[in-house]
Amino acid sequence: MRLGRGAATTFPRNLTEADCIVVEGSNMAECHPVAFRWVMKAKLRGAKLIHVDPRFTRTSAMADIHAPIRAGSDIAFLGGLINYTIQHEKYFKEYVVNYTNAATLVREDFKDTEDLDGVFSGLKPYTGDPLNGFVGQYATESWQYERAPADGQPAAPGPESPFDALVRENLKPPPLRDPTLAHPRTVFQILKRHFSRYTPAMVERVTGCPRATFLKVAEAITANSGPDKTTAFCYAVGWTQHTYGPQMISCCALLQLLLGNIGRPGGGVMALRGHATIQGSTDVPTLYHSIHGYMNAPSVLRKHDTLADYLRAETLATSYWANQPKFMVSYLKSMYGAAATRDNDYGYGWHPRISGDHSHLPMMVAMADGKVRGMFAMGQNPAVGGQNARVQRRALAKLEWLVVKDNFETETAAFWYNSPEVKSGELKTADIKTEVLFFPSAQVAENDGSFTNTQRLIQWHHKAADPPGDCRSDIWFTYHLGRRLKALYARSTLPRDAGFKALLWDYDRDTPPADSRIKDEPDTLKVLKEINGYETATGAHLKSFAELKDDGSTTCASWIYCGVFPAPGQNRAASHTPDPPGGPDTHLGWAYAWPANRRVMYNRASARPDGAPWSERKRYVWWDGQKWTGRDVPDFPTGKAPGTPGKPGGIGLDAHSGADPFIMRPDGKGWLFSPAGLLDGPLPTHYEPAESPVANPLYKQQASPVLKYWKRGDNELAAVGDARFPHVLTTYRLTEHHLTGVMSRWLPWLAELQPELFVELSPELAAEHGIRNLDWVTIRTPRGSARAKALVTGRMRPLTVNGKTIHQVGMPWHWGYQGVVTGDVVNDLSALVADPNVSIHESKAFVCSVEKA
Amino acid sequence: MPEPMGFFTDTTVCIGCKACEVACKEWNQLPSTDGGANTLSGHSYDNTRQLDGIHWRHVKFVEQFAADREGGRWLMMSDVCKHCVQAGCLEVCPTGAIIRTEFDTVVIQSNVCNGCRDCIAACPFGVIGTNPVSGTAQKCTLCYDRMQVGLTPACAKACPTESIKFGPIASLRRTARARVERLQGQGRTRAYLYGDDETILGGLNSFYLLEDRPEVYGLPAAPKLPSRNLVPGSLWSGLGALLVGLVGLVSFRQRRMEENGATRGEGRRNV
Repeated sequence: MRLGRGAATTFPRNLTEADCIVVEGSNMAECHPVAFRWVMKAKLRGAKLIHVDPRFTRTSAMADIHAPIRAGSDIAFLGGLINYTIQHEKYFKEYVVNYTNAATLVREDFKDTEDLDGVFSGLKPYTGDPLNGFVGQYATESWQYERAPADGQPAAPGPESPFDALVRENLKPPPLRDPTLAHPRTVFQILKRHFSRYTPAMVERVTGCPRATFLKVAEAITANSGPDKTTAFCYAVGWTQHTYGPQMISCCALLQLLLGNIGRPGGGVMALRGHATIQGSTDVPTLYHSIHGYMNAPSVLRKHDTLADYLRAETLATSYWANQPKFMVSYLKSMYGAAATRDNDYGYGWHPRISGDHSHLPMMVAMADGKVRGMFAMGQNPAVGGQNARVQRRALAKLEWLVVKDNFETETAAFWYNSPEVKSGELKTADIKTEVLFFPSAQVAENDGSFTNTQRLIQWHHKAADPPGDCRSDIWFTYHLGRRLKALYARSTLPRDAGFKALLWDYDRDTPPADSRIKDEPDTLKVLKEINGYETATGAHLKSFAELKDDGSTTCASWIYCGVFPAPGQNRAASHTPDPPGGPDTHLGWAYAWPANRRVMYNRASARPDGAPWSERKRYVWWDGQKWTGRDVPDFPTGKAPGTPGKPGGIGLDAHSGADPFIMRPDGKGWLFSPAGLLDGPLPTHYEPAESPVANPLYKQQASPVLKYWKRGDNELAAVGDARFPHVLTTYRLTEHHLTGVMSRWLPWLAELQPELFVELSPELAAEHGIRNLDWVTIRTPRGSARAKALVTGRMRPLTVNGKTIHQVGMPWHWGYQGVVTGDVVNDLSALVADPNVSIHESKAFVCSVEKA
Repeated sequence: MPEPMGFFTDTTVCIGCKACEVACKEWNQLPSTDGGANTLSGHSYDNTRQLDGIHWRHVKFVEQFAADREGGRWLMMSDVCKHCVQAGCLEVCPTGAIIRTEFDTVVIQSNVCNGCRDCIAACPFGVIGTNPVSGTAQKCTLCYDRMQVGLTPACAKACPTESIKFGPIASLRRTARARVERLQGQGRTRAYLYGDDETILGGLNSFYLLEDRPEVYGLPAAPKLPSRNLVPGSLWSGLGALLVGLVGLVSFRQRRMEENGATRGEGRRNV
């Protein structure tokens, strides 16, 4: 949200160029061991490694500094680093003034958490559908930039695309700036005040991290940032799975902008993704709220009635996003093909619209209330992986039908006869009306396809063998399901079915595969071609998203992937050309990274405003007098000289100067302050988790005022400091298993490595409860309980938080009631709470009790 | 004749991921403890517990945490057969099943092994065990089959951090010594090599970089060959033989005396 694209800014291999690496919100060595290879290489080259984490893990074992913190207190820790950086004037001044919005003025009516004891201006009660879960909401008008009065003199338009006039309507006068940063309403001064209370003493009080350790981290990152040095941050679900997860990540981005570490080699924010193609699943999304290429899904809650309405509401007049009409029209052409014409808004009226939060948690809550009839569970196992999993298993029993497509009979597929609820008699198999249909699934190596990994790299995988028996690939299943449904709708004359009838759905192979017994496996290259894009009339592949048009003459499903398949026979996702030894070490010939094969995003910032590298040591992309060039594909218009001024009244990138590296932001700047995009505040603020053993030591406001909580009898929360649940519980994964265990608990070689569920306890906590190593222990929360064997270890340690000793308890959550090795479902303990931006649950910090079983 | 080949395991970069254990099992098609339904050992993250006939690679976890947690360490080490230059197992094998290969590694030929277990007792590192599937003694072969076609052993290939390095012993030793020097320069003064020269069993073709005493990693400080007992053992045997002889003489003498007595008075009992 601060930088412009929802993805890692860098790639793991580039971590080798870092002088310091901070891993926080991630157990990288255990959960991303292959990417961690590059961290170890950096360390061999002399880089400092810091791990900030509640537990001492296999990552901490490799680190120069392990900073223990209380689970959920990361914003206090990062806020402390921001305060230290500002107070000691260690920020990268030239970078901050030129490349961020530090100098921009914010409206006079903006009130900070400093003014309102923990909340921002604009807070109001939530009045929408309770299923959306919000406990409050913000009106964000007061968070906007202060702007000059409109002069009413837009620049003379040049040759226009059909929607340019509409885009131009959205132009706003430029925001006011004070490059001296002295004005009290500059972002910089607001930032300085906002974080001033995050002192080292306060960091220690809130996080429990000893002050000396915190200061060692602060000194290391500031000493290793600047023109000649860079520090990188790596995070994973240790940051996302909180009621303020996006704020943790944006807090890190803010710090990295202050230190001048974005867009530069060995810098950045490395988002570590949990699955092989989780990045791909948001690029070409399985998300409900976003359509391909990070465009917002049409919604009945906004003014999205016609295509023009949608584009008027969604298009930014300045930044590369000004091209959204081209992306959207090309996308609609990929949906409805020839049926999408200028006269019918390219079929926009047929496109499904959202009416609220349709993400996993509210969907399961609705299911538990009997409002959902059927469900497909493909590559997902909510009976184990879902939060407050007991509620989710009971919800499955309310379905009419459930399709599970997986490699093994998962807990979700077996809930009706083998779940704890059935075993306990709470549910009876005979009473469960759900018809469960189990489809055996092919494995990855049994079909062609692509992964888009943590570094936005689209990589092709080739089929090695036919799947056994009736096992079929996901693409086979989805394609043929679509075909059969289209056949069922073919004769419908209902207007609501017109879109489904018009849906472009033709991925048949031109010739059946000779080397496979599955003759009707769809042609994955046809899917790739549609994602890449082509000229509508000729079918000629597009080479770049710069070729997209808003008049229907181009078809492209996901604009950000445009260029991956620039010509027939040229699938760049399958290209495997590494750099020669001593080469630029960006490996641009190895697969294809979106956007436009750029490996480090915002890399214009690796050069000074005048276009020269910040230092010889950190050379990456620079202006050679005629064009931008360097070791990577420039993330900037190649011919735009550094000194080019922004064009007054210009749309798109014309509005930006030659020194504005953040091309996806309307002002071309990295956002230290986010006037838009985050629902829970323009600046990160420390809140306590929805369940916490302590009152918020920083503000009167305890938890996020706009978090999501689904209040139900089977989803109770413990009150602040509830003596019955005195300990902090955090859940996590182990190297030896994968998620709910479907790819590991069924495999003896992996199962034997971590065969049983355990709970990690410090010797101090174990002694308090008379628990010895390997004793059975019961862990309780207001939602449920689980039994696990005790693993008593000095790797866990009590922390002193606000003068009180806080014990932390750790549990991996890979076990369930199916498979070679089984154990209690740890997610039965967690709650249905979520952050307001992306509805991600809070499984990293809640409260519990422990007792000897 | 190819050069002597082996492993250099740098424990300071081992992240304990156990990819080596799994890659080894997959390549060598080894079974799992109780079909995977193993039990929790309670000893850190080590649940496979030891090297034996079905675990040819084994990652050890050593937790060192004081009450105040100052300077806490979690040591990890991927252990394997040492492929000793003077190999105890090879020395005691009665059937000649254990051979030294052209790569100077030590391999048990399963089809020659009679399962007598002498090698299991003879290994000073506790590397060998019986594989219940074959009923024979088994251990790491340094992927002899892969090496014969120029491939890296499975464990080294799978190791994400290059903690396990494979190559000619001479070059591995150079790499290892440079690495120790570098670590020493960074202030990690406890770093040293174990088994990189002739002092331990004539040299280990799988040697280690450690940061604590060998015993902390479960390695003997001064491992001995079974034949070390040959000289003292034969002295004891000589002495024993002498004693047996003396006892024999005495008892024969006694018996004769008794026989004489019996002849004298209890002759019927012996009839």
